[in-house]
Amino acid sequence: MRGITPFLWFLFGTGGMVSALLFPIHVLLIGLAFPLGWLDAPDYESLRSLVIHPITRLYLFVFIFFPLFHWAHRFRYTIYDLFQIKHGAQQPIAFLCYGAALLGTIFAAYTLLAIA
Amino acid sequence: MSVQTGSPSGPPELYHRPMSFWWWLQKRAYFNFILRELTCVFVGVFAVITILQIRALSQGPDAYAEFINRLRTPGFILFNTVGLAALLFHAITWFKAVPTTMIVRFGGTRVPDQVIAGLHYVGWMVVSVVVAWILLLR
Amino acid sequence: MAETITLTVSRYRPEQESEPTFQSYDVPYDEDWVILDALNYVKDQLDGSLTFRWSCRMGVCGSCGMMVNGTPKLTCAIPLSDYVSSGPIRIEPLQFFPVVRDLVVDMNGFLGKLSSVKPWIIRDDETPPTEGEYLQTPAELDVYKQFSMCINCMLCYSACPVVGLEPEFTGPAAIALAQRYNLDSRDQGAAERMAVLNEHEGMWGCTFVGECTEVCPKNVDPAAAIQLYKMASATDWFKSVLLPRGSK
Repeated sequence: MRGITPFLWFLFGTGGMVSALLFPIHVLLIGLAFPLGWLDAPDYESLRSLVIHPITRLYLFVFIFFPLFHWAHRFRYTIYDLFQIKHGAQQPIAFLCYGAALLGTIFAAYTLLAIA
Repeated sequence: MSVQTGSPSGPPELYHRPMSFWWWLQKRAYFNFILRELTCVFVGVFAVITILQIRALSQGPDAYAEFINRLRTPGFILFNTVGLAALLFHAITWFKAVPTTMIVRFGGTRVPDQVIAGLHYVGWMVVSVVVAWILLLR
Repeated sequence: MAETITLTVSRYRPEQESEPTFQSYDVPYDEDWVILDALNYVKDQLDGSLTFRWSCRMGVCGSCGMMVNGTPKLTCAIPLSDYVSSGPIRIEPLQFFPVVRDLVVDMNGFLGKLSSVKPWIIRDDETPPTEGEYLQTPAELDVYKQFSMCINCMLCYSACPVVGLEPEFTGPAAIALAQRYNLDSRDQGAAERMAVLNEHEGMWGCTFVGECTEVCPKNVDPAAAIQLYKMASATDWFKSVLLPRGSK
């Protein structure tokens, strides 16, 4: 784990940037404006044809992969700080966090490949 | 190397003040820090919701309609409202922090932190408009 | 206008007590005084046993750091007038350090951390002094100057919760000091220091709380030094993975 810490930090940083730039507008539209009827949501067919496009699928993969690892890295250290976890107990928490992010990434990749 | 005083009974007992379990509640700055860090939970959850939405989309119009209806429930609306606030807090603290990770020099002088942060805000607005345009013109 | 102001001071006398207690002193209020003046009044006029460090009384030596109402400050730089209308001033030894006596903390751990980052010019090729000094332009000085302004006052360590949670954490001042040398154009030791700091107790203990920069009396911005270091480490990592032989 020690040797890849710089890489995990890079994933955290990229995920932080991706989620900061893109998540607010997505949540504003898909999470609030469309369900509450402030704006017209795209209908099923047009959304599907948008998502199937290879560039959209690449965008969505980036949209999901980096933020998942952003969560994993940040959450891992926050748990250490909040509950004063010492060295011995730190490893399992780290594995759980990055493991969950990896599972989410695999699930996302599978879903994005299967939609075509 | 330990500190020796002239005390005839030997070296002094150093006193170690224990760190409170609630250390993050004892100072406004620490509380704000923990709050900022916990916004990552919303980031993770929204990433997962996005995967589920794509999955519903791939399963056909009925599955997708069911997913969309779930987004309309008061529970989700509340979660998304709180989540949006959390994401905005994340974004604002992120753009404030980014300039410290990079020192940019333009022809010898250092670009001020506020300029770098400002450029991120501009970029943020631009990508948000682009995403909105793509989603709304369907 | 106030006649006196109360200081509530942490006392710890290991020869007579097993843990710190508080003792209150009323000192004359003078609007020109700083907290250090009030402490010296206590020691000169009220209680000669009060023990604390101080020296230059003008914010350049870094000796007089203490917790003032829960925030680490240089007591020579804080006017009494800031507190005149807010009740007694609580003065305690710098947080997250072991207490030796009263307001004096044990600095040995901190000093060890400073030397652990090899805070000197490291050269692959030393030229003898007779060949002249290593030249440096003002622009090259500017690159690291900010990080050289540290007075080792340790306020940043008292502000950083990671120092409290992980006592082996190298800490803000030491990492800023490492950067001061890494960014110095005369230095060739960045790789050696990276090996020391690329550890959990090194730069990776930092979770960018940012309080170190907030309390620094010299605008060193240690938080920035640490984040720059993380960026450098990530860059090194990619170089070593993508260009295994060509990265130097």
